[in-house]
Order: sequence, then structure tokens, then C-alpha cells
Amino acid sequence: MAAIAARGLRKTFGTTVALDGVDLHVEEGRILGLIGPNGAGKTTLLNAIVGLTPYQGDLKVLGRDPWTQRDQLMRDVSFIADVAVLPRWMRVSQALDYVAGVHPRFDRGKAEGFLAKTSIGRDRKVRELSKGMVTQLHLALVMAIDAKLLVLDEPTLGLDILFRKQFYDSLLNDYFDRSRTIVITTHQVDEIQDVLTDVMFMDRGRIVFSRSTEEFESRYVEVMVNPETAAAARLFKPIHERQVFGRSILLFDGVDRRQLAEFGDVRTPSIADLFVAVLGKQAGVATDVAPQVAPEVATPDAAKGAAR
Amino acid sequence: MNTQSSNMPASNMSDSFEAQMLAPAALSPTRPMYWSVRRELWENRSIYIAPLAAAAVFLVGFLLSLIHLPQRMRALSTLDLAHQRAAIAMPYDMVAGLLMFTWMIVGAFYCLGALHGERRDRSILFWKSLPVSDLTTVLAKASIPFLVLPLLTFVITVVTQLIMLLLSTAVWSGSGLNVAALWTQLSFPRMSLMLLYHLVTVHTLWYAPLYGWLLLVSAWARRAPFLWAALPPLAIGFGEKIAFNTSHFATFLLHRLGGGTEAMTAPGTMPMDPTTHLTPGTYLASPGLWLGLLFTALCIAAAVRLRRYRGAL
Repeated sequence: MAAIAARGLRKTFGTTVALDGVDLHVEEGRILGLIGPNGAGKTTLLNAIVGLTPYQGDLKVLGRDPWTQRDQLMRDVSFIADVAVLPRWMRVSQALDYVAGVHPRFDRGKAEGFLAKTSIGRDRKVRELSKGMVTQLHLALVMAIDAKLLVLDEPTLGLDILFRKQFYDSLLNDYFDRSRTIVITTHQVDEIQDVLTDVMFMDRGRIVFSRSTEEFESRYVEVMVNPETAAAARLFKPIHERQVFGRSILLFDGVDRRQLAEFGDVRTPSIADLFVAVLGKQAGVATDVAPQVAPEVATPDAAKGAAR
Repeated sequence: MNTQSSNMPASNMSDSFEAQMLAPAALSPTRPMYWSVRRELWENRSIYIAPLAAAAVFLVGFLLSLIHLPQRMRALSTLDLAHQRAAIAMPYDMVAGLLMFTWMIVGAFYCLGALHGERRDRSILFWKSLPVSDLTTVLAKASIPFLVLPLLTFVITVVTQLIMLLLSTAVWSGSGLNVAALWTQLSFPRMSLMLLYHLVTVHTLWYAPLYGWLLLVSAWARRAPFLWAALPPLAIGFGEKIAFNTSHFATFLLHRLGGGTEAMTAPGTMPMDPTTHLTPGTYLASPGLWLGLLFTALCIAAAVRLRRYRGAL
């Protein structure tokens, strides 16, 4: 059974189209990264998946209709919809008591274990905790739930790099196994590149790119070439080009690595670089790989900016 | 299981509501309900602190009044029995009235915030990530004015009155007054039963539509639930006055707010007076009671639906 199966998913807010016919199929045991610019519809899609928003079209999550069966679905799905949504009046011990009380698959010992690694006291109230601690508490609660599907919308927003790293390690080592499915959105794309099994780009309510990480690694190649060999390399039809320190970085789709090796260093591109290439193309900016256009849209800074 | 694939919000109103109704049964319904009510008490501690504080303040006042009690009682002994009784019972009726008033205030403010606060502080996103249905959540919130507050009010009132009675007994016997007269005049068990009857018939069932309306507004309003709850009835009342120069709506509303006269006919403002005549037959046969309960049920059903559609503010 697919963890998530969506067909022709649509959602509009007034005249704004948030989801414009999304088809999505996520098998059990995958870790999917959903990446897109602000306003691309990522959060709307995740909200539809966890039953927070009505939609048009076909959607089954673990075989259930999330809108009408949210409470049953939530026994098998856990999610963090937004940062800092834990009620501010609640004490840490009350949060543990409550989740243990209503959730049949909550392992209190496990949550206590995660919390023991932090400096969060049991009798503290959420309003007394720092933003990072609230996120740590929420993650500890969610990771202690034995869920089949975990949905995380910007889970590490506001956390420092040490904790982010620790969180993704813990997600892989302590939480993930082949029977679970995880869907993550984040703007810190490069930090989760090694974690993902699948990557999907969203733009303007549509899924514009969808590959498994293996496919991604075997198909996409990046070569840094000197100006004198650039013209020859361009004959292989790069999908994107950017300039760094007077040299060109060309991104190819489905070109043999051995053929490209003669032009310079060959490596797998980062998801962020591919994201800029794919979305630039979507926007009709970088379809032409002429060098005079490329520097403006694809300096490393611009790449990071667009990925945010 | 709902196999409907298309999710036009309007098209599956009825069957999704059934799914809501059936869901808790499959989930061992008492546990999420129990914890949902507990969580309301964690968040809204005024539910029990306010009546306890009111009772404590009253007890302090009563304690001070005991200093002059023997003199007053000697002065009273010249009066007839009915007046004696009224004078003795007055503080007991007052504390009951005070605690009922506290219940109404706490209940009204609780209901207005119950389904609005969780959307305003976005914690609804956390609550909805747990396997608790909207029906369970709304019923747990409704149980505060309909079950928790009546029970608390009854217990706190009876305990306070008992403390008052024991204190009076000590003072009476210390100053050589007839303690037996105090106990027979007051008739504590009867007073408690009258209180219970009054709490259930008037404050719980007769006032139910008020709490139902406040819960509905709380689930519906995006901002200022207090204004949305208070202004429409006022507007209807004034509109009627201006358009037809009548005041049926205002009369109807005041009759409801005043507690009605169906459950008992009290001679004064004190429902625990021994001359109060209980009329449970008239009460149960009055259409106002049943229409009110129907209105309450509709408000709660609408609040359950609204909680699904309304997200964080």
C-alpha cells in the first residue's frame, strides 16, 4: 500500500491557486524531501495530507481519507505543522501526560530519553522555553510516536546547526526504519540531501520535478570547466550554467560522466543547484544557457536565495 | 469507512459527520475524553480557583459576622419563626447565590475562549496532530459548563455551608443558645437537595442554550468573540423595537436569562427558601426547556463541524 496517493489534488484560496492538480505517489519506507520557493504550495499539500484542510481531487493517506478520518489517521501519522504550536501554558510533564493519555502508540520512555539529552526541565512551562527548546520538545514528542508516516514542515526552523545535525542523525538512526515513511520540507536543502531517498520540487502549486536520490545521483552531473573548454562542453547540451571565479559550472542531465571528465572535475550537483536549474527553466529565465544570462541568475548566492 | 474520493466540502456533509460520530467508538472513547477534560482544567485553572476563592472570601466575612451573632440572635428571638428562619438562612442562600453567579461568569468566559483561543495561539495545529476527534474535543469543552462547573459549584457550596453551620453551632453553644433550634430551622439536607434541584433545572438545563451559543460563537468568530456573541441579540432586540415597537425578543431573552419560572415558584429571590414551591411537572412540560436543549444540541453540532473547517488564525 502506498503511504500517500494523490491524484489531481486542487486547492484554491479565493483566486489564488495553492494546489494546481498535484499527482503524488509515495511508497512506504521512503524519505521524501519536498522543496520549493515560498508560496509554492508545500504547506497546503502537507496540510491536505494530514487532514487540516479540505481539497478537491483524490487523496488517500495510508488508505484513509485524511479530511473525514483525521482522528483515526492520526494514530498512524504524526506531524509538525508549524513551529511553536505547542500551547504556551502547558508544562513539559503535562505535554508528556496528555500525549501518553490520548495516543495509543506513544512511547513515554523514548520521549523522556530524547528530553534527557536536552536541558528542558519537566516542570517548565512551554512559554518559559526558548524557541529552540520548544522545537526540541515537539520533536521529542513526535519521534516517540510509533507512526507509519511522519510529516515535518520546516522541523528545524530556529534551531542551531548543531541541533539540526543531531536531529537528522537521530531521525535516521533512532527513528527511521524501512516500514516508516517521512515527508520533510525545509529551506536548508543541502543539510538533508544525504537523508533523503526521494526529492520533489514544487512550484506554483505543481510538482515540477520528482526523482529518487539514486536516479538523481546517476543522471545529474556537474562539471567545472575553464573558459577555453567551455564551448566544447556546451555541445553536450547542459541544462544549466553558472559562473564561479571566471570558470563555468555546467549541469548535465543524463550525459556519461566519462565523456565529461575530460573537461574538468566531475561531481554530483547539490539539490540546491539542481533546484535553481529546474526552477529557473520553469520560470523561463535560464532556458537559454548563453553565458551572458547565466551569471545574473545563477551565482551561488542566487542559488541559495532561490532555494530559500 | 468512507470511500468517497472527491472532497467537495459541501457534498459529504452528512456522511462525514457520521464518520465523526462513529470514530470515538472504535477508539476507546473514554480515554481521549478523560484527558481532554483534564487538559481543559490544566489550561483554565479559574474553573476551580474562582469558586474556591469566592467561597474563601465569603467564609472570612462570615467568620467576622460571628462576633456579633449571639447578640443578633437574642434580638431575633422576639420575632416570629418565619422571620427567624429567614434571618438564619440568609448567609447560606447568599453563599449559594454567589457561587452560582461565579459559575455563570466563569462558564461564559470559558465558553467564549474555548474554541477561539486554540486557534488564536495556533495550538490547534498541535491538538489536531493527535488522534482525538473534533467531536471528542468539543464535547470535552462543553462538559466544563454542563458537568464540571455544576458539580464543583454543588460540592463547594455544600462544603462551605457545612463549615458555616459547624462554626455557627460552636458559637451558639458557646453563648448558651439553643443549637437544636439552629439545626431544625435550617434543615441542612433539605437545603442541599433544593440547591441540587435548582442547579440542575435552572443553571444547567435552562441556561444550556446560553453556553451552547457562546461555544458556537467561539468556534466561528475570527476575532472578538465577545462582540459577536453579545451584539446580534442586542441588534435583534433594538431592531424589533424600532421596526414594530414591540419587545417580544427582549422579553424572551430576559425570561431565559432570569432563569424562567417553570422549575419553581419562589416567593423572593432565594430559591432555597422553604416556601419555594417546586414544580418539576410544569418544568418538564414547558416547550421552552426542550426547544432550548434542541438549540444547544444544534450549536454544539455546528461547533464540531466548524472546528474541522476553521484552522489557525
